[in-house]
Amino acid sequence: MPVDVRLPTVLRQHAGGLATVKANGDTVRAALEDLVLQFPQLRGQVITDEGVLHRFVNVYVDDDDIRYLDKLDTKLSGAETISILPAVAGG
Amino acid sequence: MVRTVLRISATAFAAMIGHCYDGLPLEACGLLGGRAAPGAAGRATAPATTVDVFIPCRNADASSRTYAIGPDGWRKADEILPPLGLDVVGVAHSHTHTDPYPSPTDVAKADNPMLAGWHYVIVSLRDDAPMVRSYLIDGGNIVEEPIVVVDA
Repeated sequence: MPVDVRLPTVLRQHAGGLATVKANGDTVRAALEDLVLQFPQLRGQVITDEGVLHRFVNVYVDDDDIRYLDKLDTKLSGAETISILPAVAGG
Repeated sequence: MVRTVLRISATAFAAMIGHCYDGLPLEACGLLGGRAAPGAAGRATAPATTVDVFIPCRNADASSRTYAIGPDGWRKADEILPPLGLDVVGVAHSHTHTDPYPSPTDVAKADNPMLAGWHYVIVSLRDDAPMVRSYLIDGGNIVEEPIVVVDA
């Protein structure tokens, strides 16, 4: 079952202006790879060429930051919403 | 970097301070909704960014040392700001026990093209009275800008 992926304003231009798109995958990584297949302009914007999460963004599954879950290997059942957010954070 | 001013409505200013105290003992954070300063070229006075709305956000880190804006905060901004013709122009967060000055983590996280031109307001709760400062942070450069509180 596809999950909803919410995109930040600055990335919507690379996804046909959409705020929310559907993606398939049983992990966050698989869903984000599916997202890039659908919208190739997003390549490198969320996951780097080295295969790690880009430091400019934070990714949440529902209300939980994947850094505190299993990172990109966090499992999905299909009922979740993935949010890609600009990394607004600090100390 | 061009000299700028942050003009913040009295309502937003009070809401921001209140949210920071409500968040104790954790760091608190919120998004600043307003209008970015127009270009500075040929202007006699420093360009002013206005903040009309403070959007209180949950600290997704739930920490007294760090903060992060999670999806709930952004969702609120997406709901509240577009109908008012406003954008997110920056972020405010509290320092519970330190100066109102950007920490190394603040500076590192601000180095992000997605946040170009953002204003960083820091509310220090270290002393009896809150200390509020605003900064532009760009590639490790930290420039303080005056805050002017205006009647809405």
